[in-house]
Amino acid sequence: MGGFPALFHKELLRFWKVVVQTVVAPVVTALLYLLIFSHVLEDHVQPFPGVAYSGFLVPGLVMMSMLQNAFANSSSSLIQSKMQGNIVFVLLPPLSYLEFFLAYLGAAVVRGLVVGAGVWVVALWFAPWQVPHPGWLLAFALLACTNLGAVGIVAGIWAEKYDQLAAFQNFLILPLTFLSGVFYSIHSLPSFWQAVSRFNPVFYLIDGFRYAFIGQADADPWFGLLVAGGSFVAISAFSLMLLRSGYKLRH
Amino acid sequence: MNAPPAIRVEGLRKRFRTTQALDGVSLDLQPGEFFGLLGPNGAGKTTLISILAGLARADAGIAAVMGHDVVRDYRAARRALGVVPQELVYDPFFNVRETLRIQSGYFGLRRNDDWIEEIMHHLALTPHADKGTQDLSGGMKRRLLVAQALVHKPPVIVLDEPTAGVDVDLRRSLWAFISRLNREGHTILLTTHYLEEAQALCGRIAMLKSGRIVACDTTRNLLRRTHEHCAQLRLNADTVPTVWQERMQRDDDGVWRVNFGDYVELESLLADLRAAGLRVQELRLQEPDLEDVFTDIMGRT
Repeated sequence: MGGFPALFHKELLRFWKVVVQTVVAPVVTALLYLLIFSHVLEDHVQPFPGVAYSGFLVPGLVMMSMLQNAFANSSSSLIQSKMQGNIVFVLLPPLSYLEFFLAYLGAAVVRGLVVGAGVWVVALWFAPWQVPHPGWLLAFALLACTNLGAVGIVAGIWAEKYDQLAAFQNFLILPLTFLSGVFYSIHSLPSFWQAVSRFNPVFYLIDGFRYAFIGQADADPWFGLLVAGGSFVAISAFSLMLLRSGYKLRH
Repeated sequence: MNAPPAIRVEGLRKRFRTTQALDGVSLDLQPGEFFGLLGPNGAGKTTLISILAGLARADAGIAAVMGHDVVRDYRAARRALGVVPQELVYDPFFNVRETLRIQSGYFGLRRNDDWIEEIMHHLALTPHADKGTQDLSGGMKRRLLVAQALVHKPPVIVLDEPTAGVDVDLRRSLWAFISRLNREGHTILLTTHYLEEAQALCGRIAMLKSGRIVACDTTRNLLRRTHEHCAQLRLNADTVPTVWQERMQRDDDGVWRVNFGDYVELESLLADLRAAGLRVQELRLQEPDLEDVFTDIMGRT
Protein backbone atom coordinates (compact mmCIF):
# COMPACT_ATOMS: atom_id res chain seq x y z
CA MET A 1 0.00 0.00 0.00
CA GLY A 2 1.35 3.39 -0.94
CA GLY A 3 1.21 6.75 0.74
CA PHE A 4 -2.14 7.85 -0.66
CA PRO A 5 -4.25 7.09 2.45
CA ALA A 6 -1.87 9.06 4.67
CA LEU A 7 -1.82 12.10 2.40
CA PHE A 8 -5.60 11.99 2.00
CA HIS A 9 -6.03 11.67 5.76
CA LYS A 10 -3.62 14.51 6.39
CA GLU A 11 -5.50 16.74 3.94
CA LEU A 12 -8.80 15.93 5.68
CA LEU A 13 -7.30 16.70 9.09
CA ARG A 14 -5.87 19.94 7.77
CA PHE A 15 -9.28 21.47 7.08
CA TRP A 16 -11.08 19.66 9.87
CA LYS A 17 -8.75 21.14 12.48
CA VAL A 18 -9.91 24.61 11.45
CA VAL A 19 -13.51 23.63 10.83
CA VAL A 20 -14.90 26.98 11.92
CA GLN A 21 -12.98 28.70 9.20
CA THR A 22 -13.33 26.03 6.52
CA VAL A 23 -16.90 24.82 7.03
CA VAL A 24 -18.87 26.98 9.45
CA ALA A 25 -17.85 30.30 7.91
CA PRO A 26 -18.89 29.45 4.34
CA VAL A 27 -22.20 28.11 5.63
CA VAL A 28 -22.83 31.38 7.44
CA THR A 29 -21.91 33.35 4.29
CA ALA A 30 -24.37 31.33 2.21
CA LEU A 31 -27.01 31.86 4.87
CA LEU A 32 -26.52 35.63 4.60
CA TYR A 33 -26.95 35.52 0.83
CA LEU A 34 -30.07 33.47 1.33
CA LEU A 35 -31.56 35.87 3.89
CA ILE A 36 -30.87 38.96 1.83
CA PHE A 37 -31.76 37.79 -1.66
CA SER A 38 -34.81 35.76 -0.74
CA HIS A 39 -36.07 38.69 1.34
CA VAL A 40 -35.59 41.19 -1.45
CA LEU A 41 -36.56 39.07 -4.43
CA GLU A 42 -39.06 36.52 -3.16
CA ASP A 43 -42.11 38.48 -4.27
CA HIS A 44 -40.58 39.90 -7.46
CA VAL A 45 -38.82 37.11 -9.23
CA GLN A 46 -40.15 33.77 -10.34
CA PRO A 47 -37.46 32.21 -12.53
CA PHE A 48 -39.53 29.15 -13.50
CA PRO A 49 -43.29 28.82 -13.42
CA GLY A 50 -44.47 27.44 -10.11
CA VAL A 51 -41.07 27.77 -8.44
CA ALA A 52 -40.60 30.23 -5.57
CA TYR A 53 -37.41 32.30 -5.67
CA SER A 54 -36.03 30.77 -2.47
CA GLY A 55 -36.63 27.30 -3.89
CA PHE A 56 -34.63 28.38 -6.93
CA LEU A 57 -31.88 30.11 -4.96
CA VAL A 58 -31.10 27.35 -2.43
CA PRO A 59 -29.67 24.82 -4.92
CA GLY A 60 -27.64 27.64 -6.50
CA LEU A 61 -26.17 28.67 -3.17
CA VAL A 62 -25.42 25.06 -2.17
CA MET A 63 -23.64 24.65 -5.49
CA MET A 64 -21.74 27.92 -5.20
CA SER A 65 -20.52 26.96 -1.74
CA MET A 66 -19.37 23.57 -2.95
CA LEU A 67 -17.53 25.08 -5.92
CA GLN A 68 -15.74 27.73 -3.88
CA ASN A 69 -14.78 25.46 -1.02
CA ALA A 70 -13.56 22.59 -3.15
CA PHE A 71 -11.35 25.09 -4.95
CA ALA A 72 -10.22 26.73 -1.73
CA ASN A 73 -9.24 23.45 -0.11
CA SER A 74 -6.76 22.12 -2.63
CA SER A 75 -5.41 25.51 -3.69
CA SER A 76 -4.85 26.92 -0.20
CA SER A 77 -3.34 23.70 1.11
CA LEU A 78 -0.80 23.68 -1.72
CA ILE A 79 0.08 27.35 -1.56
CA GLN A 80 0.48 27.22 2.22
CA SER A 81 2.76 24.20 2.01
CA LYS A 82 4.78 25.88 -0.69
CA MET A 83 5.08 29.17 1.19
CA GLN A 84 5.98 27.48 4.47
CA GLY A 85 8.30 25.07 2.73
CA ASN A 86 6.71 21.98 4.27
CA ILE A 87 5.76 20.79 0.78
CA VAL A 88 9.07 18.85 0.97
CA PHE A 89 7.40 16.46 3.39
CA VAL A 90 5.22 15.19 0.57
CA LEU A 91 7.87 15.54 -2.15
CA LEU A 92 10.50 13.41 -0.38
CA PRO A 93 8.43 10.22 0.12
CA PRO A 94 7.76 7.75 -2.70
CA LEU A 95 4.33 9.18 -3.54
CA SER A 96 3.39 8.96 -7.21
CA TYR A 97 1.97 12.01 -8.94
CA LEU A 98 -1.33 10.16 -9.26
CA GLU A 99 -1.50 9.51 -5.51
CA PHE A 100 -0.63 13.15 -4.93
CA PHE A 101 -3.42 14.30 -7.25
CA LEU A 102 -6.03 11.93 -5.83
CA ALA A 103 -5.29 12.84 -2.22
CA TYR A 104 -5.65 16.59 -2.75
CA LEU A 105 -8.66 16.06 -4.99
CA GLY A 106 -10.32 13.68 -2.53
CA ALA A 107 -9.99 16.11 0.36
CA ALA A 108 -11.32 18.96 -1.78
CA VAL A 109 -14.37 16.84 -2.67
CA VAL A 110 -15.01 15.99 0.98
CA ARG A 111 -14.74 19.63 2.04
CA GLY A 112 -17.02 20.72 -0.82
CA LEU A 113 -19.63 18.10 0.05
CA VAL A 114 -19.50 18.85 3.78
CA VAL A 115 -19.98 22.58 3.20
CA GLY A 116 -22.69 21.94 0.60
CA ALA A 117 -24.55 19.66 3.01
CA GLY A 118 -24.20 22.29 5.74
CA VAL A 119 -25.67 25.02 3.55
CA TRP A 120 -28.51 22.77 2.51
CA VAL A 121 -29.37 21.78 6.09
CA VAL A 122 -29.48 25.44 7.12
CA ALA A 123 -31.56 26.29 4.05
CA LEU A 124 -34.21 23.75 4.98
CA TRP A 125 -35.75 26.46 7.13
CA PHE A 126 -36.29 28.58 4.05
CA ALA A 127 -37.21 26.23 1.28
CA PRO A 128 -39.10 22.96 1.08
CA TRP A 129 -36.79 19.98 1.18
CA GLN A 130 -37.66 17.67 -1.58
CA VAL A 131 -35.34 16.22 -4.14
CA PRO A 132 -37.20 14.59 -7.00
CA HIS A 133 -33.97 13.54 -8.73
CA PRO A 134 -31.41 12.47 -6.09
CA GLY A 135 -29.24 10.79 -8.71
CA TRP A 136 -28.69 14.10 -10.51
CA LEU A 137 -28.02 15.80 -7.19
CA LEU A 138 -25.23 13.37 -6.39
CA ALA A 139 -23.80 13.40 -9.90
CA PHE A 140 -23.59 17.19 -10.18
CA ALA A 141 -22.39 17.64 -6.60
CA LEU A 142 -19.51 15.25 -7.25
CA LEU A 143 -18.71 16.78 -10.61
CA ALA A 144 -18.70 20.27 -9.13
CA CYS A 145 -16.30 19.33 -6.34
CA THR A 146 -13.99 17.28 -8.55
CA ASN A 147 -13.86 19.98 -11.23
CA LEU A 148 -13.06 22.81 -8.85
CA GLY A 149 -10.84 20.63 -6.66
CA ALA A 150 -8.74 19.89 -9.74
CA VAL A 151 -8.70 23.57 -10.76
CA GLY A 152 -7.55 24.31 -7.20
CA ILE A 153 -4.65 21.89 -7.60
CA VAL A 154 -3.58 23.63 -10.81
CA ALA A 155 -3.89 27.07 -9.18
CA GLY A 156 -2.03 25.91 -6.06
CA ILE A 157 0.83 24.54 -8.14
CA TRP A 158 0.99 27.61 -10.36
CA ALA A 159 0.72 30.37 -7.73
CA GLU A 160 3.95 31.41 -6.04
CA LYS A 161 2.43 33.93 -3.66
CA TYR A 162 -0.83 34.34 -1.81
CA ASP A 163 -1.84 37.34 -3.90
CA GLN A 164 -1.48 35.35 -7.11
CA LEU A 165 -3.83 32.78 -5.71
CA ALA A 166 -6.19 35.52 -4.53
CA ALA A 167 -6.18 36.95 -8.05
CA PHE A 168 -7.06 33.53 -9.44
CA GLN A 169 -9.90 33.30 -6.94
CA ASN A 170 -11.24 36.84 -7.40
CA PHE A 171 -10.90 37.18 -11.16
CA LEU A 172 -11.74 33.66 -12.26
CA ILE A 173 -13.50 31.52 -9.69
CA LEU A 174 -15.75 34.17 -8.19
CA PRO A 175 -17.02 35.62 -11.53
CA LEU A 176 -17.45 32.11 -12.95
CA THR A 177 -19.62 31.06 -10.04
CA PHE A 178 -21.55 34.33 -9.73
CA LEU A 179 -22.20 34.61 -13.46
CA SER A 180 -23.38 31.07 -13.90
CA GLY A 181 -26.92 31.40 -12.68
CA VAL A 182 -26.66 31.11 -8.91
CA PHE A 183 -28.99 34.07 -8.42
CA TYR A 184 -30.82 34.16 -11.73
CA SER A 185 -31.90 31.91 -14.53
CA ILE A 186 -29.98 32.52 -17.74
CA HIS A 187 -33.19 32.62 -19.76
CA SER A 188 -33.76 36.01 -18.14
CA LEU A 189 -30.56 37.28 -19.79
CA PRO A 190 -30.29 39.01 -23.20
CA SER A 191 -29.73 36.40 -25.88
CA PHE A 192 -26.06 37.30 -26.34
CA TRP A 193 -25.26 36.61 -22.68
CA GLN A 194 -27.40 33.50 -22.77
CA ALA A 195 -25.20 32.22 -25.56
CA VAL A 196 -22.03 33.18 -23.67
CA SER A 197 -23.26 31.38 -20.56
CA ARG A 198 -23.59 28.17 -22.52
CA PHE A 199 -19.81 28.10 -22.95
CA ASN A 200 -19.29 28.22 -19.20
CA PRO A 201 -19.02 24.73 -17.70
CA VAL A 202 -19.99 26.06 -14.26
CA PHE A 203 -23.37 27.07 -15.66
CA TYR A 204 -24.10 23.40 -16.47
CA LEU A 205 -23.07 22.35 -12.97
CA ILE A 206 -25.47 24.79 -11.33
CA ASP A 207 -28.24 24.22 -13.85
CA GLY A 208 -28.03 20.43 -13.60
CA PHE A 209 -27.81 20.50 -9.81
CA ARG A 210 -30.88 22.73 -9.62
CA TYR A 211 -32.74 20.38 -11.93
CA ALA A 212 -32.37 17.70 -9.23
CA PHE A 213 -34.35 19.95 -6.85
CA ILE A 214 -36.97 21.67 -9.00
CA GLY A 215 -37.22 19.42 -12.03
CA GLN A 216 -36.77 22.39 -14.40
CA ALA A 217 -33.65 23.65 -16.05
CA ASP A 218 -32.26 25.83 -18.82
CA ALA A 219 -30.23 23.02 -20.33
CA ASP A 220 -30.60 19.27 -20.68
CA PRO A 221 -28.97 17.67 -17.61
CA TRP A 222 -27.53 14.88 -19.75
CA PHE A 223 -25.75 17.44 -21.86
CA GLY A 224 -24.61 19.16 -18.66
CA LEU A 225 -23.23 15.85 -17.42
CA LEU A 226 -21.27 15.51 -20.64
CA VAL A 227 -19.84 19.02 -20.43
CA ALA A 228 -18.95 18.79 -16.73
CA GLY A 229 -17.51 15.30 -17.16
CA GLY A 230 -15.48 16.44 -20.16
CA SER A 231 -14.12 19.46 -18.37
CA PHE A 232 -13.13 17.32 -15.37
CA VAL A 233 -11.23 14.95 -17.62
CA ALA A 234 -9.48 17.87 -19.33
CA ILE A 235 -8.52 19.68 -16.10
CA SER A 236 -7.39 16.47 -14.45
CA ALA A 237 -5.25 15.56 -17.43
CA PHE A 238 -3.68 19.01 -17.35
CA SER A 239 -3.14 18.86 -13.61
CA LEU A 240 -1.58 15.39 -13.82
CA MET A 241 0.67 16.60 -16.60
CA LEU A 242 1.90 19.45 -14.39
CA LEU A 243 2.48 17.11 -11.46
CA ARG A 244 4.26 14.59 -13.63
CA SER A 245 6.60 17.19 -15.05
CA GLY A 246 7.30 18.53 -11.57
CA TYR A 247 6.26 22.01 -12.71
CA LYS A 248 7.09 24.53 -9.95
CA LEU A 249 7.38 21.71 -7.43
CA ARG A 250 10.53 19.89 -8.48
CA HIS A 251 13.14 22.14 -10.09
CA MET B 1 28.72 -9.49 -6.93
CA ASN B 2 29.53 -6.35 -5.00
CA ALA B 3 26.80 -4.44 -3.22
CA PRO B 4 25.87 -1.26 -5.08
CA PRO B 5 27.25 1.99 -3.66
CA ALA B 6 24.95 3.66 -1.13
CA ILE B 7 25.05 6.77 -3.26
CA ARG B 8 26.28 6.93 -6.81
CA VAL B 9 26.52 10.13 -8.75
CA GLU B 10 28.05 10.30 -12.20
CA GLY B 11 28.56 13.26 -14.51
CA LEU B 12 25.83 15.25 -12.80
CA ARG B 13 25.03 18.62 -14.36
CA LYS B 14 22.43 21.15 -13.40
CA ARG B 15 21.93 24.67 -14.58
CA PHE B 16 19.67 27.29 -13.00
CA ARG B 17 19.12 30.07 -15.52
CA THR B 18 22.52 31.78 -15.52
CA THR B 19 24.42 29.67 -13.02
CA GLN B 20 25.91 26.25 -13.54
CA ALA B 21 25.08 24.78 -10.12
CA LEU B 22 26.63 21.40 -10.88
CA ASP B 23 29.23 21.01 -13.57
CA GLY B 24 29.90 17.31 -13.95
CA VAL B 25 29.99 15.87 -10.45
CA SER B 26 30.84 12.21 -9.89
CA LEU B 27 30.89 10.56 -6.49
CA ASP B 28 30.51 7.11 -4.93
CA LEU B 29 29.62 6.51 -1.30
CA GLN B 30 30.10 3.00 0.04
CA PRO B 31 27.51 1.59 2.44
CA GLY B 32 28.35 2.51 6.01
CA GLU B 33 30.42 5.57 5.20
CA PHE B 34 30.22 8.84 7.07
CA PHE B 35 30.83 11.25 4.23
CA GLY B 36 31.21 15.00 4.32
CA LEU B 37 30.36 17.35 1.50
CA LEU B 38 32.00 20.72 2.00
CA GLY B 39 32.10 23.88 0.01
CA PRO B 40 31.30 27.56 0.20
CA ASN B 41 27.77 28.87 -0.24
CA GLY B 42 26.56 28.35 -3.78
CA ALA B 43 29.04 25.57 -4.46
CA GLY B 44 26.24 23.18 -5.37
CA LYS B 45 25.92 21.09 -2.20
CA THR B 46 22.19 21.59 -1.77
CA THR B 47 21.59 21.13 -5.50
CA LEU B 48 23.35 17.78 -5.35
CA ILE B 49 21.24 16.72 -2.38
CA SER B 50 18.06 17.96 -4.07
CA ILE B 51 18.77 15.80 -7.10
CA LEU B 52 19.39 12.76 -4.92
CA ALA B 53 16.12 13.43 -3.10
CA GLY B 54 14.10 14.00 -6.27
CA LEU B 55 13.44 17.66 -5.39
CA ALA B 56 15.34 18.76 -8.46
CA ARG B 57 16.07 17.10 -11.77
CA ALA B 58 19.51 16.89 -13.28
CA ASP B 59 20.15 18.18 -16.80
CA ALA B 60 22.57 15.34 -17.38
CA GLY B 61 24.17 12.50 -15.50
CA ILE B 62 23.08 9.70 -13.21
CA ALA B 63 22.16 9.66 -9.54
CA ALA B 64 21.27 6.48 -7.65
CA VAL B 65 20.59 5.55 -4.03
CA MET B 66 21.37 1.95 -3.03
CA GLY B 67 21.48 1.10 -6.72
CA HIS B 68 18.09 2.67 -7.49
CA ASP B 69 18.04 5.42 -10.08
CA VAL B 70 16.42 8.51 -8.54
CA VAL B 71 14.29 9.15 -11.63
CA ARG B 72 13.48 5.79 -13.17
CA ASP B 73 13.21 3.88 -9.90
CA TYR B 74 12.23 6.83 -7.71
CA ARG B 75 10.03 4.88 -5.31
CA ALA B 76 12.81 2.51 -4.23
CA ALA B 77 15.36 5.35 -4.24
CA ARG B 78 13.25 7.55 -1.98
CA ARG B 79 12.43 4.67 0.34
CA ALA B 80 16.18 4.17 0.82
CA LEU B 81 16.83 7.83 1.55
CA GLY B 82 16.12 10.01 4.58
CA VAL B 83 16.69 13.71 4.06
CA VAL B 84 16.99 16.38 6.73
CA PRO B 85 16.39 19.60 4.82
CA GLN B 86 18.36 22.72 5.49
CA GLU B 87 15.36 25.03 6.02
CA LEU B 88 13.62 24.81 9.37
CA VAL B 89 10.24 23.80 7.94
CA TYR B 90 7.23 22.39 9.78
CA ASP B 91 3.51 21.97 9.31
CA PRO B 92 1.75 24.10 11.93
CA PHE B 93 -1.47 22.08 11.72
CA PHE B 94 -0.03 19.09 13.58
CA ASN B 95 1.75 18.11 16.77
CA VAL B 96 5.01 16.19 16.94
CA ARG B 97 3.54 12.70 17.14
CA GLU B 98 0.96 13.39 14.41
CA THR B 99 3.69 14.77 12.17
CA LEU B 100 5.71 11.58 12.55
CA ARG B 101 2.70 9.31 12.05
CA ILE B 102 1.70 11.17 8.90
CA GLN B 103 5.26 11.05 7.59
CA SER B 104 5.33 7.27 8.21
CA GLY B 105 2.09 6.98 6.31
CA TYR B 106 3.59 8.66 3.25
CA PHE B 107 6.01 5.74 3.11
CA GLY B 108 3.15 3.28 3.36
CA LEU B 109 3.90 2.43 7.00
CA ARG B 110 0.73 2.08 9.06
CA ARG B 111 1.68 0.68 12.44
CA ASN B 112 4.96 2.40 13.10
CA ASP B 113 4.35 3.69 16.63
CA ASP B 114 7.07 1.63 18.32
CA TRP B 115 9.74 3.08 16.07
CA ILE B 116 8.24 6.57 16.32
CA GLU B 117 8.40 6.41 20.12
CA GLU B 118 11.98 5.22 19.88
CA ILE B 119 13.18 8.02 17.64
CA MET B 120 11.33 10.59 19.74
CA HIS B 121 13.09 9.16 22.78
CA HIS B 122 16.55 9.32 21.20
CA LEU B 123 15.99 12.86 19.98
CA ALA B 124 14.55 13.97 23.34
CA LEU B 125 11.21 14.78 21.73
CA THR B 126 9.08 12.52 23.93
CA PRO B 127 8.17 15.29 26.42
CA HIS B 128 7.03 17.42 23.47
CA ALA B 129 5.14 14.70 21.59
CA ASP B 130 1.77 16.41 21.99
CA LYS B 131 3.00 19.93 21.36
CA GLY B 132 1.94 21.70 18.20
CA THR B 133 4.88 22.13 15.87
CA GLN B 134 4.52 25.92 15.86
CA ASP B 135 5.16 25.91 19.62
CA LEU B 136 8.52 24.16 19.32
CA SER B 137 11.81 25.96 19.74
CA GLY B 138 14.21 26.07 16.81
CA GLY B 139 16.27 23.22 18.23
CA MET B 140 13.20 21.06 18.72
CA LYS B 141 12.02 21.77 15.19
CA ARG B 142 15.43 20.69 13.94
CA ARG B 143 15.19 17.45 15.90
CA LEU B 144 11.70 16.86 14.55
CA LEU B 145 13.09 17.20 11.02
CA VAL B 146 15.71 14.59 11.86
CA ALA B 147 13.00 12.33 13.26
CA GLN B 148 10.88 12.79 10.14
CA ALA B 149 13.83 11.76 7.98
CA LEU B 150 14.15 8.54 9.98
CA VAL B 151 10.55 7.29 10.19
CA HIS B 152 11.09 4.76 7.40
CA LYS B 153 14.49 3.56 8.69
CA PRO B 154 16.36 4.59 5.57
CA PRO B 155 19.76 2.98 4.98
CA VAL B 156 21.08 6.29 3.65
CA ILE B 157 20.67 9.54 5.59
CA VAL B 158 21.41 12.96 4.16
CA LEU B 159 21.83 15.92 6.48
CA ASP B 160 21.97 19.34 4.86
CA GLU B 161 23.61 21.65 7.38
CA PRO B 162 21.77 20.13 10.34
CA THR B 163 23.56 22.17 12.99
CA ALA B 164 23.22 25.66 11.53
CA GLY B 165 22.07 27.85 14.39
CA VAL B 166 21.88 24.99 16.88
CA ASP B 167 23.25 25.30 20.42
CA VAL B 168 26.18 23.29 21.70
CA ASP B 169 24.21 20.78 23.80
CA LEU B 170 21.86 19.92 21.00
CA ARG B 171 24.69 19.71 18.52
CA ARG B 172 26.47 17.19 20.72
CA SER B 173 23.43 15.02 21.30
CA LEU B 174 22.55 15.17 17.63
CA TRP B 175 26.00 14.00 16.62
CA ALA B 176 25.99 11.27 19.24
CA PHE B 177 22.74 10.00 17.74
CA ILE B 178 23.88 10.30 14.13
CA SER B 179 27.18 8.58 14.94
CA ARG B 180 25.24 5.78 16.54
CA LEU B 181 23.13 5.37 13.41
CA ASN B 182 26.34 5.29 11.41
CA ARG B 183 27.81 2.58 13.64
CA GLU B 184 24.62 0.58 13.17
CA GLY B 185 25.30 0.59 9.44
CA HIS B 186 23.54 3.67 8.07
CA THR B 187 25.39 5.63 5.42
CA ILE B 188 25.58 9.31 6.28
CA LEU B 189 26.06 12.19 3.87
CA LEU B 190 26.60 15.46 5.65
CA THR B 191 27.02 19.00 4.49
CA THR B 192 28.14 21.55 7.00
CA HIS B 193 29.89 24.87 7.36
CA TYR B 194 31.48 23.77 10.62
CA LEU B 195 34.70 22.24 9.41
CA GLU B 196 35.69 20.92 12.82
CA GLU B 197 32.48 18.88 12.82
CA ALA B 198 33.31 17.38 9.46
CA GLN B 199 36.86 16.67 10.60
CA ALA B 200 35.70 14.90 13.75
CA LEU B 201 32.90 12.87 12.17
CA CYS B 202 33.57 12.15 8.52
CA GLY B 203 35.72 9.30 7.30
CA ARG B 204 35.85 10.80 3.83
CA ILE B 205 35.30 14.28 2.53
CA ALA B 206 34.60 15.85 -0.84
CA MET B 207 35.05 19.55 -1.44
CA LEU B 208 32.85 21.26 -3.93
CA LYS B 209 33.52 24.56 -5.63
CA SER B 210 31.43 26.18 -8.36
CA GLY B 211 29.74 22.89 -9.13
CA ARG B 212 32.91 20.82 -9.38
CA ILE B 213 34.61 18.46 -6.97
CA VAL B 214 38.02 19.91 -6.24
CA ALA B 215 39.10 17.38 -3.64
CA CYS B 216 37.84 13.99 -2.50
CA ASP B 217 39.80 11.86 -0.10
CA THR B 218 39.79 10.34 3.35
CA THR B 219 39.81 12.96 6.06
CA ARG B 220 43.18 11.66 7.25
CA ASN B 221 44.77 12.01 3.81
CA LEU B 222 43.33 15.46 3.35
CA LEU B 223 44.81 16.58 6.64
CA ARG B 224 48.17 15.10 5.77
CA ARG B 225 48.10 16.47 2.30
CA THR B 226 48.72 20.14 2.61
CA HIS B 227 49.80 20.85 6.12
CA GLU B 228 52.35 19.90 8.71
CA HIS B 229 52.29 20.03 12.46
CA CYS B 230 53.52 23.24 13.94
CA ALA B 231 55.33 23.73 17.25
CA GLN B 232 55.56 27.09 19.01
CA LEU B 233 58.28 27.43 21.56
CA ARG B 234 59.45 30.08 23.96
CA LEU B 235 63.10 29.71 24.94
CA ASN B 236 65.35 31.27 27.54
CA ALA B 237 67.65 32.57 24.76
CA ASP B 238 67.55 34.59 21.57
CA THR B 239 69.23 32.03 19.36
CA VAL B 240 68.74 28.41 18.40
CA PRO B 241 71.32 25.77 17.41
CA THR B 242 72.75 26.42 13.93
CA VAL B 243 71.24 23.30 12.35
CA TRP B 244 67.77 24.59 13.18
CA GLN B 245 68.25 28.23 12.21
CA GLU B 246 67.04 27.64 8.68
CA ARG B 247 63.82 26.02 9.76
CA MET B 248 62.78 28.18 12.68
CA GLN B 249 61.23 31.61 12.61
CA ARG B 250 60.89 33.92 15.50
CA ASP B 251 57.94 36.28 15.71
CA ASP B 252 57.77 39.68 17.41
CA ASP B 253 56.64 38.19 20.70
CA GLY B 254 59.78 36.08 20.82
CA VAL B 255 57.99 32.84 20.03
CA TRP B 256 59.80 30.41 17.76
CA ARG B 257 57.84 28.46 15.20
CA VAL B 258 58.82 25.31 13.45
CA ASN B 259 56.86 23.11 11.04
CA PHE B 260 57.51 19.39 10.99
CA GLY B 261 55.97 16.35 9.38
CA ASP B 262 56.81 13.72 11.95
CA TYR B 263 57.05 13.80 15.74
CA VAL B 264 60.54 12.25 15.55
CA GLU B 265 61.75 15.62 14.31
CA LEU B 266 60.31 17.28 17.37
CA GLU B 267 62.20 14.87 19.55
CA SER B 268 65.52 15.67 17.89
CA LEU B 269 64.77 19.39 18.13
CA LEU B 270 64.23 19.11 21.87
CA ALA B 271 67.39 17.01 22.20
CA ASP B 272 69.44 19.59 20.26
CA LEU B 273 68.04 22.39 22.39
CA ARG B 274 68.95 20.56 25.57
CA ALA B 275 72.43 19.79 24.24
CA ALA B 276 72.90 23.51 23.51
CA GLY B 277 71.93 24.28 27.07
CA LEU B 278 68.68 26.00 26.14
CA ARG B 279 65.58 25.63 28.21
CA VAL B 280 62.06 25.41 26.82
CA GLN B 281 59.82 27.73 28.82
CA GLU B 282 56.67 27.15 26.86
CA LEU B 283 55.65 24.65 24.20
CA ARG B 284 52.50 24.58 22.13
CA LEU B 285 51.64 22.17 19.38
CA GLN B 286 49.27 23.04 16.61
CA GLU B 287 47.69 20.14 14.78
CA PRO B 288 46.77 20.54 11.13
CA ASP B 289 43.05 21.17 10.78
CA LEU B 290 40.55 20.94 8.02
CA GLU B 291 40.08 24.65 7.89
CA ASP B 292 43.66 25.14 6.68
CA VAL B 293 43.23 22.41 4.11
CA PHE B 294 39.90 23.82 3.02
CA THR B 295 41.16 27.38 2.68
CA ASP B 296 44.20 26.11 0.84
CA ILE B 297 42.24 24.00 -1.64
CA MET B 298 39.59 26.65 -2.21
CA GLY B 299 42.29 29.24 -2.75
CA ARG B 300 44.31 27.16 -5.16
CA THR B 301 41.55 25.96 -7.45
